[in-house]
Amino acid sequence: MNYKQISSPQIHKRQSTDRIMQLVLIATLPGALILSYQFGWGVLLNLFISTLTCIVTEALVLKLRHRPINIHLGDYSAVVTAVLLGLALPPLVPWWVVVTAAIFSILIAKQLYGGLGSNPFNPAMVGYVVVLISFPVEMTTWVTPISLLPQGVSHPGLWDSGMIVFAGSVPIDGITGATPLDLFKHSKGLMVEQIYNSNRLFDNASIAGVGWEWANVAFLIGGLALLKARIFTWHGPVGMLGSLTLMSMLFWDAGSSSSPGSPLMHLFSGASMLGAFFIITDPVSSATSNRGRLIYGALIGLLIYIIRAWGSYPDAVAFAVLLGNFAAPFIDNYTLPRTYGHSQRRRATAKETDKNV
Amino acid sequence: MRHLWETPGGVHPPDNKAQSQTMSIGQVPLPKTLILPLNSAFDEVAKASVRIGDRVLKGQKIADIQGKLSVAVHASSSGFVTSIEPRTIAHPSGLSTPCIEITTDGEDRWIESKTYPHYQHIDPPKLCDIIAQAGIAGMGGAGFPSAVKLAIDGEKSVDTLIINATECEPYITADDMLIRERAAEIIKGIDVINCALNKPKAVLIGIENNKPDAIKALQEHCKGTQIEVVPVPTKYPSGGEKQLIYILTGKELPSEALPINIGMICLNIATVFAIKRAVIDGQPLISRITTITGQACDINRNYEVLIGTSVEHLLKLNGFNRERCSRLIVGGPMMGFTLSSTNVPVTKTSTCILAVSHQEMPDSSPPQPCIRCGLCAEVCPASLLPQQLYWYAKAADHERLQAHHLFDCIECGACSYVCPSKIPLVQHYRGSKGDILTARAEKTMASKARERFESRAVRLEKIDSQRETKRESRKLTSNNAEQQRVSGKPPLTTSAEDIIKAAQLRVQTKKISPEKQKAKLERTLIAAQIRLEEAQQRLADVLESGTVDQQTQHKATLEGAKQKVDKTQQRLAKIKLQ
Repeated sequence: MNYKQISSPQIHKRQSTDRIMQLVLIATLPGALILSYQFGWGVLLNLFISTLTCIVTEALVLKLRHRPINIHLGDYSAVVTAVLLGLALPPLVPWWVVVTAAIFSILIAKQLYGGLGSNPFNPAMVGYVVVLISFPVEMTTWVTPISLLPQGVSHPGLWDSGMIVFAGSVPIDGITGATPLDLFKHSKGLMVEQIYNSNRLFDNASIAGVGWEWANVAFLIGGLALLKARIFTWHGPVGMLGSLTLMSMLFWDAGSSSSPGSPLMHLFSGASMLGAFFIITDPVSSATSNRGRLIYGALIGLLIYIIRAWGSYPDAVAFAVLLGNFAAPFIDNYTLPRTYGHSQRRRATAKETDKNV
Repeated sequence: MRHLWETPGGVHPPDNKAQSQTMSIGQVPLPKTLILPLNSAFDEVAKASVRIGDRVLKGQKIADIQGKLSVAVHASSSGFVTSIEPRTIAHPSGLSTPCIEITTDGEDRWIESKTYPHYQHIDPPKLCDIIAQAGIAGMGGAGFPSAVKLAIDGEKSVDTLIINATECEPYITADDMLIRERAAEIIKGIDVINCALNKPKAVLIGIENNKPDAIKALQEHCKGTQIEVVPVPTKYPSGGEKQLIYILTGKELPSEALPINIGMICLNIATVFAIKRAVIDGQPLISRITTITGQACDINRNYEVLIGTSVEHLLKLNGFNRERCSRLIVGGPMMGFTLSSTNVPVTKTSTCILAVSHQEMPDSSPPQPCIRCGLCAEVCPASLLPQQLYWYAKAADHERLQAHHLFDCIECGACSYVCPSKIPLVQHYRGSKGDILTARAEKTMASKARERFESRAVRLEKIDSQRETKRESRKLTSNNAEQQRVSGKPPLTTSAEDIIKAAQLRVQTKKISPEKQKAKLERTLIAAQIRLEEAQQRLADVLESGTVDQQTQHKATLEGAKQKVDKTQQRLAKIKLQ
């Protein structure tokens, strides 16, 4: 009887793609909890609808593509996409917005390109951008954080939230409002100091807006845990947060009326931390080498700031990430590490004939 | 303390070395048959120097070196040659190669051999020859003929000798045990190599710091010598030649270069031991230390194994259980290859026979898609991008693969080891390397064929044009004759005449002795006269019954012959005058 023939190496570390995805999901928990606390049931409903849609879509496409459904659903990649999408969408947005975004993410952005590992763009961000462009009204209405709700008003309960999301009930007055980034966008001509004083979003000496800064801190913590677990390297997040900080320092302009806001405001507002640790660290659609990821991160940070400060959208993580995805193969071409025994780095497009490069 | 450099990447798999180190190196009962492969690791086959039925003694050479990279083979025990035929050997390909089978007689009687206890007085080339004749090949796994490595040509020099005792693969303890028990002999072996290399400036023994006993043994025996024992941090693959050179010296071996190009020689420590035995004790390489380990064996231990002993024989000795065994590996778990059957012999490069249980190495799950997580790039000791290589390997994009330095991959397996999607990356790289080499060879052959075709075309064209010129000149001559016939004038100066003049000029410029010249002219005259007679005869024939054209042609020929005779006679007369 013959023995099994297996190519070397014969042993493997106990790390699996499923496990990596699970860890990413766990790391989103603190952020998800803070968001739910600050903005109510809408967040959880988003997560629920998005996850359900993503899993069903993934299963259907896998069936159409004659792929083993259990194995591919078991890698949790669809769930990760769903959760990131759910966290990015505004709470209490109508259900069909979430469903559209989720189907677009899985069907168009992921499976049509060949499934996990083959998608050039971050699926969650593709879904997000599609609905942002298609349904601007629904997508720019944000729920007011819990501590800023008017006296006697609270976030709708689970039932009422469900009615708003699924049956299109109109939410009561006062539970929706501007986000800190909206405020900066639409307060041209006011000094930063004046914006801070004029709006309750910046009450209690808040630096990046009540509710928002805590959600960002939570995502930062989750992200640092992933970094510690070596799920990704520091290069992408440092690149992005670094260039965002640098840009906001350069254009801080001492808080004048033309200032787009302080570095801290930009770091802890909107989807900054979610983007830095959960979106741009998606390895499939990012640049490959460490140096490449540093540049990729920095490019995205730069784009986020440019769009936030001078573009027409208050937040810009999704657009910036997609533009970064576009640039990733290009970055890869020029950021090959120096191989042992070679004096220089090489371009990925170098031909065998130009030996000296 | 010597400064050590840190290589990028690397992994820390569980080392599993303790289980095979509870006992000292054991002896194996003499097997009934020994199968000695004739091919070296580089697929050059040694030439058998015995025939079926011959009686051989232990240590007798039974196959000679043939070609630069083949390795001499010796009988591992006394007995009779019972077969010379292809057999399956312990090789990743699983293919069979020519082998000599010896049926042992149980006497285990040594052949008389020459020892060289005073090796210090032997010339390096002679030392290399002794090592070559002893059939010594790198025992760390690669099996490169040691004598070829040590035979340094005049222009190069070795300033650092590196002895590789890292043994960074999990499970294997053969070198460790060898050092613990036979350190004194190893140090003598290093001295022999020093003599063969004309005393390099530095001798470094690189050994992973997970072998404290071996380090101690080496350090004790190295006291008072220039040999430096350097414990290096335990990290796979620190034992890779390129990696060890960098760790110890901070120098990188340029891509596609050999250590000798930067003044270094690397030898495995077991090879050093074999060289000592060969030179000082006159014993060729007929045995090696091999680790028999894994949970499918009751006993895990190192043995001194005769080359050619079957794996089956060794496993039986250690209480091997077929049911428990999930796979059988030769070498370590990172770079070793699997055997399909136990009926193969131990070779000079078999460091370890690893019979693992299902619990130890369960069958791996099917590979999942690559998510480009980059864990592989983090552990790559050559700073490659394994995830990109994989991508291009799947796409068979040879150009990109080479731009990503595929050929600098040492196939250490660290990338596959950490891959969360369990992709057999190394297998893809090996396949691509093979494809690229095949494509290169085909390209060379194609371009050679094209060259041949083109030069043939040129040659044919040349022949054609020569024919054409001849035809033209003949046509011209006949035209002139025609003209002469019509106009009665002498022919115009033709290019043919020019050629003759030039030839005459050449003859004149050539300094030929008058005697020779005279003799030659006389010969020419006779020939010309004969041609003249013939021409007259033929003209007479055509004048009777021939066309006008024929008559003109023959008249012209006759005229030419007459002129030739006249000219020759004139020149002859000139010479005679002189």
